[in-house]
Amino acid sequence: MAQPAQKENPSTAGLRPRDRLAIPPQPMPEQDPAARRRNFSEVALGYTAEQARQEATRCLRCRNKPCVAGCPVRIDIPAFIKAVAEGDCGAAIAVIKRNSLLPAICGRVCPQETQCQAPCTVGKSLKDTAKSVSIGRLERYVADLERARGIAPPPVKPDTGRRVAVVGSGPAGLVAAADVRREGHAVTIFEAFHKPGGVMVYGIPEFRLPKAIVQAEIDTLAAMGVELRTSFLVGRTRTLRDLMAKDGYEAVFVGAGAGLPRFMGVEGENLVGVLSANEYLTRVNLMGACNPVTADTPVMRSRRVAVVGGGNVAMDAARTAVRLGAESVHVVYRRTEAEMPARIEEVHHAHEEGVVFRLLQNPKRIVGGADGRVTGMECLRYRLGEPDRSGRPRPVAIEGSEFMLDVDTVIVAIGNAPNPLIKRTTAELKTNEWGGLLVDDKGMTSMPGVFAGGDIVLGSATVIEAMGQGRVAAAAINEYLEEKG
Amino acid sequence: MHRIVRKEQLSAEVFRLTVEAPLIAGERRPGQFIILQLGTYAERIPLTIADADPAAGNITLVFQVVGRTTHLLAELKEGDAIPVVLGPLGTPTHVAKYGTVAGVGGGIGAAPLYPIAQAMKRAGNRLIVVLGARRRELLILEDEMRTLADEMIVCTDDGSYGRKALVTGPLKELCARTPPPDLVVAIGPPVMMKFCAETTRPFGVRTVVSLNTIMVDGTGMCGGCRVTVGGETKFVCVDGPEFDGHKVDFDNMMSRLRSYREREEESHHKCHLALGIKEEE
Ligand SMILES: Cc1cc2nc3c(=O)[nH]c(=O)nc-3n(C[C@H](O)[C@H](O)[C@H](O)COP(=O)(O)OP(=O)(O)OC[C@H]3O[C@@H](n4cnc5c(N)ncnc54)[C@H](O)[C@@H]3O)c2cc1C
Ligand code: SF4
Ligand code: FES
Repeated sequence: MAQPAQKENPSTAGLRPRDRLAIPPQPMPEQDPAARRRNFSEVALGYTAEQARQEATRCLRCRNKPCVAGCPVRIDIPAFIKAVAEGDCGAAIAVIKRNSLLPAICGRVCPQETQCQAPCTVGKSLKDTAKSVSIGRLERYVADLERARGIAPPPVKPDTGRRVAVVGSGPAGLVAAADVRREGHAVTIFEAFHKPGGVMVYGIPEFRLPKAIVQAEIDTLAAMGVELRTSFLVGRTRTLRDLMAKDGYEAVFVGAGAGLPRFMGVEGENLVGVLSANEYLTRVNLMGACNPVTADTPVMRSRRVAVVGGGNVAMDAARTAVRLGAESVHVVYRRTEAEMPARIEEVHHAHEEGVVFRLLQNPKRIVGGADGRVTGMECLRYRLGEPDRSGRPRPVAIEGSEFMLDVDTVIVAIGNAPNPLIKRTTAELKTNEWGGLLVDDKGMTSMPGVFAGGDIVLGSATVIEAMGQGRVAAAAINEYLEEKG
Repeated sequence: MHRIVRKEQLSAEVFRLTVEAPLIAGERRPGQFIILQLGTYAERIPLTIADADPAAGNITLVFQVVGRTTHLLAELKEGDAIPVVLGPLGTPTHVAKYGTVAGVGGGIGAAPLYPIAQAMKRAGNRLIVVLGARRRELLILEDEMRTLADEMIVCTDDGSYGRKALVTGPLKELCARTPPPDLVVAIGPPVMMKFCAETTRPFGVRTVVSLNTIMVDGTGMCGGCRVTVGGETKFVCVDGPEFDGHKVDFDNMMSRLRSYREREEESHHKCHLALGIKEEE
């Protein structure tokens, strides 16, 4: 029986590092793989109070805090974990919120194994990152408790009468809106879709990030007095220039994300049954096609699915296909599992759910029948060669190794590029060779008063990096308005 | 929320709605479209902005009842609201003084053709309009087009009104004239646009078509609307909807339109039964 959380008792408070290292890592309670193959509910169920306390007790409270250096927004990790060990979740959330506004989300989707948990002393001592303190799970635990009690909106200073526009309601936009609003400025978020949340709503599936969690954050913003205008496409419904020149917005934060799906450029890519992961996931998540009773938008009824790519997007698409009843789902990736950019946990879950990993393979062309529908994907085998610019070994095609994969659906998940629309409709904005908006170290673009952050700057990155950039830019916007007077 | 200020029935299957959308009315240019949605989990469908009145803050949408959403739309009354209207989307028509412009509208295609014809006329072009429909009752916007056109040709497949011909008949004659039209804009069902492009190709007459593919977001984020144009992949919602008809791979486009065929046929059939529309073919 799990015991209720309690103040860290003197026996654990006085533990020596050796004793802490001896506490076994707490596994995450999860839905059974066979059951979850047929539902869209969250896979990871969250720690119990006792598990959280146990896991928190494993932390050595290192003076040099290597974990903090690994955190993109520098949360004071040992401080919040100590509060968890002491059963003081109010204090824990207060520590986290100093640096991160979306802990319930980041606790679920951050690649902790390459960030805070990579340099963790516990993992290093046990010679296994998988045995590092589960910082993300503890973060999630604390944030979920906070949400259950009702998130208190941060205090907002008296109205300044100044207006700031935020383009896009992904993590970058949400955080920028909150931080600018706190200073008393009026903030309007413009979102192209009919629902706010960006990738967290249209891309990342419910089984990994329940939409109610994102909604709770949006509700908090609304409670702070942030205005939200959905179905408003900046660049088309109104140009960025007009927002500033005619509508009285003194500064703009552009967090429009990287929504432009890349395709492979292989033969047969426009056949019926080939779709971008964005399209597939949007149909299922945003448009609710996983529930044909409540949704109008159809989704492919696939039997044999190939998903091309090795990132989170590929894992999400593959696991969605499993849940929609595909007989077999193949992730086709041209390197090996070690090079996959996806979170380790998602790869692990995909394995458990029966996704077949076809490593060191890559499509050469997609073939179709007379009706223009996919009947198969011809692939080539690869081997790893010399490291490329990204430092990962370059995949090298093995000549003559062609073989046919029998599939009726091909989902392309090889990455997304920054949304080009705002750039196309705002000549003043400068971009890099990948189409990302160029910004200075405060997040200001080449257009005065226009700031940007998140995937529109970085290309496909992470929620936490987007959030971090939103914060930096918000601070710069507040400063800019002050200086402008 | 976008209130419906006027609703008219133009033919058995075709309705015209005037809808409040002040921002879109102010920004839209010929050739652009909107995406609408009747509920949070309702399908998103693209419809061309057939006309706009920026002073009144209204846009006009013309649609044919072809599926579940258009059926529900046809059931809405004046005063009802459409929850989601996103736009204006797409790249506007390239309007210029070409000389003689021939607009060819097949069936519901007359609706998207109208604002383009209007703009071409305003730009100082001589305007010829060819309107076609399967039969008389399905012909729409004839009067509106007549007030614009310098020359007007009306035809029906069954000869119940105007000439008994497919639009490609008169189009071929126009191309054979000296001089031929400087530009043809053909909008209608995909097969019609395909054959219009085939008709003008031997004459070397530039032909613009406006594609109505399956769309989800309408903002360039999914690629569901993509088509092959001159061997390259293009997104209809941002790169289009207008393309060079001689370069569009219509066969690929038509098979892509049938991606969700089974599901759509189910709901299409049910809708027609409910609205009492006779199904043909
Ligand atoms: C399927 C998938 C899974 C992922 N999994 C993870 C993960 O596990 N962990 C992780 O850290 N990261 C993950 N990512 C990446 C992460 O989601 C992004 O890095 C992050 O969401 C970027 O945030 P953002 O605020 O920059 O943009 P987005 O979240 O992309 O939001 C941009 C918003 O702007 C809107 N918009 C765009 N253009 C306009 C316009 N012109 N006018 C108005 N609105 C506009 C868009 O509709 C969108 O809502 C994943 C991405 C995808 C696609
Ligand atoms: S590195 Fe690990 S053990 Fe050290 S303070 Fe951070 S979480 Fe605790
Ligand atoms: S409709 Fe999604 S990209 Fe065009």
